[in-house]
Amino acid sequence: MAEPLSQGLAQRAWQRRLVLAWLLAPAVLWLLLLIVLPHVDLALLSLRERIAPRVYRPSLTQYRTFFVEPLYWQVFVRTAIMSALATALTLLIAFPVAWVITKVARGRASALLFVLCLIPFWVSETVRALGWLILLRESGVLPALLVKLGITPVPVELLYHDATILIGLIYTSLLFMVVPLVSSLESLDNALIEAAYDLGANGFVILRRIVIPHAAPGITAGCIVVFMLTLGNYLTPTLLGGKNSQWFTELIYTQFIVRFNWEQGAAFGFLLLGLSTAMVALGLRLSGQRFVDVMRRA
Amino acid sequence: MISSLPRPFWLRTATALYLGAFLLFLFLPLVIVAVFAFNNAPYPAPPWRGFTLDWFLGNAAAGRVGLFRDTELLGSIWTSVVVACWVTALSVAVGTANAFLMERYRFPGKQALSVLMLIPLVIPGVILGISILAFSSRIAELADALFGLDLDFLRPGLPLVVAGQFSYIATIATLMISARLKRFDRTLEEAALNLGASHAAVLRTITFPYLQPALIGSAAISFLMSFENFNTTLMLVGADAPLTVTMYGRMREGASPVLNAVSLFLMLASAILALALMRGGKRAPT
Repeated sequence: MAEPLSQGLAQRAWQRRLVLAWLLAPAVLWLLLLIVLPHVDLALLSLRERIAPRVYRPSLTQYRTFFVEPLYWQVFVRTAIMSALATALTLLIAFPVAWVITKVARGRASALLFVLCLIPFWVSETVRALGWLILLRESGVLPALLVKLGITPVPVELLYHDATILIGLIYTSLLFMVVPLVSSLESLDNALIEAAYDLGANGFVILRRIVIPHAAPGITAGCIVVFMLTLGNYLTPTLLGGKNSQWFTELIYTQFIVRFNWEQGAAFGFLLLGLSTAMVALGLRLSGQRFVDVMRRA
Repeated sequence: MISSLPRPFWLRTATALYLGAFLLFLFLPLVIVAVFAFNNAPYPAPPWRGFTLDWFLGNAAAGRVGLFRDTELLGSIWTSVVVACWVTALSVAVGTANAFLMERYRFPGKQALSVLMLIPLVIPGVILGISILAFSSRIAELADALFGLDLDFLRPGLPLVVAGQFSYIATIATLMISARLKRFDRTLEEAALNLGASHAAVLRTITFPYLQPALIGSAAISFLMSFENFNTTLMLVGADAPLTVTMYGRMREGASPVLNAVSLFLMLASAILALALMRGGKRAPT
């Protein structure tokens, strides 16, 4: 009697193992072949030097070039600063909107406003960049409007400035800030704000002592995602900034695709990845959160 | 201040103005793109020269090649659709497997695997692209040197584009499907098993119908993200360019209103997809 039962159990355990193996296989293949190995390969690529056709030796030349050549590290620093600036501005612009959605508007108005915020992001980034091109270029809509209003005597070129790049980057990033902010502000109990108000706190104190600490996880998640996307963006800076964009991803593209200098491109890629990872880690450290929780929220 | 507290007049006015400006900022570029698809002029720029459908219907004889006659654009839309279908099928399949794996099983290294699954979202798309490009060409060279095999699919082209987009869209599908599977009440499955249903029957009649909204939702999002992807695609693209890459190339040369026409087409397609999803979401049992 006991024999077939334990046999059945053993068979069940074995079946379960088989299913586990089948479920593990796609995940392992995906992560190993498309994420882990390519990045190990990229690291090796960045750490070698070509001394003759098809002859390589390990070296740090690529990384040395980055620090020795002023153009390269200047573009790197510039990209980092512009991305940080774009992130901060996106937060400033998105916060009041998220506040209105969660705390001021009610019911249908709130839902409608939220959906309106999402709509532009269903459309490709290419289309949005095209919109800004038509609006801002010298022969575009806004310069013509400025002339008509008598503000400028002749059409001015509004493209190819740093401010243009920032506007484009903020525009593309808003969604990724609004969504985590809304979800973190939603859970803030209005009674806390009312209580603080009744106890005599003004708006600024309430914001600093109650709202921001409560929304910190959402703010961190939004900032991390926006910074990362901005840093890695290629389309918006090159289209809106033209030759002046000087964005680091552009250098990577040039080395990889145009000059076919894969070793240098790989080194640049790793520097960008390092910066991105460092900023994510810093954000997590500052807000004392775990990576897994932040990504789930975003 | 929140709606239950007194809000002075100036604050209400400022809020309304701010929201107005914000919505203008959000929608102005899209409206402009749509409007200039119908402008009777060779460039998408003011002034308004009257209404025309040339940028949709025009043919070479009229001197204006409209969207429906522009074989390059139509071809790249088709390329994008094919790529997006592959990416969607792969992402939803792998995402479903991952969801069951992470929600239902315990195994050594699970914690590390769950972190690793999120990593693709924090790698810039350009770097995903170049790493896959470098790795696949190394494999191709190796296969050529060792076995004399010419593995064409490892050279820049659509298979690599699919792989590159899938590498991070799979994470998104995994998160969406896992979130729903986590809320599933397992006693339903146990009840069915107690009543004599086989495991396959339980999956087919109980678990998958419950997961269906997440499967459809993640399929739609995967399709959209694939269709819109530019950064990763640019690094891996070969001779057949998907729509975003073709549009980018044309925009660098100087835009023609046919790009506005294709953009308007994309907006309508997205809107239909979004509406269909919302409808489906309302009908689905929660």
